[in-house]
Amino acid sequence: MNIITIEHIAKIYQVGSEEVHALRDVSLKINQNEYLAIMGPSGSGKSTLMNMLGCLDTPTNGLYLFKDKNVSLMNDNDLANIRNKEIGFVFQTFNLLPRSDSLHNVELPLIYAGIPKSERRERAAEALENVGLGDRMHHKPNELSGGQRQRVAIARALVSNPAIILADEPTGNLDSKTGEDIMHLFHEIHETGNTIILVTHEEYIAEHAKRIVRLRDGLIESDEIVANRFIPKKNGASKV
Amino acid sequence: MKLFFFEVKEGLFISLRAIRANKIRSVLTTLGIIIGVTSVVLMSTAIRGIDDAFQTGVSSLGSDNLYIDKWEWFNRDVPFWELRNRKNLTMEHFEKFKEMAKLPIAVAPTIFTPITIKHEERTVEFVFIVGTTHDYVFTNSLSFADGRFMNELESNGGRNVIVLGSEIAKKLFPNGGGLNNDVKLKGKKYRVIGILEEQGSWVMGNFNPDNQAFVPIESVFKYFQEEFWNSITINVRAPNSQSIDAVKDEAVEIMRKIRGLKYNERNDFSINQQSGLLNEINSTVGVIQIAGLLITGLALFVGAIGIMNIMFVSVKERTKEIGIRKAIGAKNRTILGQFITEAAIICLIGGMIGLFIAIIGGMIIKQFDFPVTISAEAVILAVTISLMTGILSGFAPAYKASKMDPVDSLRYE
Repeated sequence: MNIITIEHIAKIYQVGSEEVHALRDVSLKINQNEYLAIMGPSGSGKSTLMNMLGCLDTPTNGLYLFKDKNVSLMNDNDLANIRNKEIGFVFQTFNLLPRSDSLHNVELPLIYAGIPKSERRERAAEALENVGLGDRMHHKPNELSGGQRQRVAIARALVSNPAIILADEPTGNLDSKTGEDIMHLFHEIHETGNTIILVTHEEYIAEHAKRIVRLRDGLIESDEIVANRFIPKKNGASKV
Repeated sequence: MKLFFFEVKEGLFISLRAIRANKIRSVLTTLGIIIGVTSVVLMSTAIRGIDDAFQTGVSSLGSDNLYIDKWEWFNRDVPFWELRNRKNLTMEHFEKFKEMAKLPIAVAPTIFTPITIKHEERTVEFVFIVGTTHDYVFTNSLSFADGRFMNELESNGGRNVIVLGSEIAKKLFPNGGGLNNDVKLKGKKYRVIGILEEQGSWVMGNFNPDNQAFVPIESVFKYFQEEFWNSITINVRAPNSQSIDAVKDEAVEIMRKIRGLKYNERNDFSINQQSGLLNEINSTVGVIQIAGLLITGLALFVGAIGIMNIMFVSVKERTKEIGIRKAIGAKNRTILGQFITEAAIICLIGGMIGLFIAIIGGMIIKQFDFPVTISAEAVILAVTISLMTGILSGFAPAYKASKMDPVDSLRYE
């Protein structure tokens, strides 16, 4: 099933008197249960594309269909709704609320979705169990290691059963061992039927995905299936 | 609708979390509101107290009483020169009036003169001595702690007898038992025949019976000729307050006859009554009210600006948080609600503390005999004002937060 269709989208920023073409003409289709990596050097427009895919931003030109709904025409409210229900974000810097414990952080999307407290608690706890943090529910982010924080963020992304998981350099702030653990977690999440879009500039990380889209100067340079896919092993470091 | 309540409830929890997380800042912000609400509540209760005191003071004049006088007490309609040129009211006028007036239940002449009273070593200076007749007691609702008022004999004969107001008695006879003692007015001996009960109103000053002493009017004429004000006042008591207008009409008619005025001449006397004073007081209290509320309103305004300022800082500081919340699905109006709720809660807490301080302050002031009562209105006032302040001052920062771009705010460090 087709989840995302983008056709000839462009994004132009006005910086002072200059126009910056972050994306020139990008077309892409993403199907259910795909594991896709978007690669490119800095300035290639991959962040802009990610913001676009994540419905944080709307394109200047072109068509964006998310589950057959036209995102290009949506207002702030509709965008917030779609982010809340259909998209799970995982960021490089984790972006957890620093003063709230893991449980509350994971619970947050459900609060905005209007889900009653008892169900919310249950689902958040379950999501934390699933990422192996059942015993860290009442820890605040600064009481957790980097890997654990990213797991909380992943639990938050998963808790509302979104259509896609959008991960922006999820291992960028982690050492390689912990990074490997996180990639294993993504592998498992993908195996259970989720759609994952990974944004990275590291070849090694991108090769965990099944398909790599390379961007350069706001255009798609290549879009190919990964031949030698790297399947991460669960190693001992996962019990960080 | 259900969703709305859900959002309000969750907004409340989120705000409480944020307030707890920024304790010092929240306390400092609250301070402005505490001061504002304290002063508004204290001021409004003080004004109420003053008003109440005035009203009880006025009621001591009696709503059934008229005062025929050369002078206009409250109105400014008659020019001063005309008042001054009026002929004095004398005892003859009073006698004629008493004879002709049919409606009043009592009439009595009064004349005021300030005199120092002595008893042995003790002195009370400038006591308002009221010279009057035995009928005075019927024009008034004086109650006695001890003794009695002067009788007809003492009154007509201008005997040296005196009735003391409670304050005067307290000062001259701190240990009590003033009755039948002698006091001296300018060297003249007077026998104390009665002491009044405390009438209790601090506003009326020398016009409060507590600070007055009563002697036969004839004795004033006899001894203190040069001191007294040359014109007397005739106290007239109507049977009840409904009949006061009839009594007044009759009084005007009789006085015009006595004074021999022609039909085209203006009254050369005034008929004063409580309602005149009431109007005067109401307008005075009104002015105090407006001035007081303006000043305290200013304090509150400063507090509100403080809240707005800190909320702006808070929004700026929490840009990233706003970005995160938006990324995971918070709507603009959810963010707006969150920050407004936060400001409102801070203000409400401040308002409660302010109210508490005001209540304690009121109790302290009460110790100094200033009449204060914290009313239910004051409580409602405090709560409403603090909530409104929070919502109004929180709106602009909250609006700014709600309109932030999620991409930019996520990137903010």
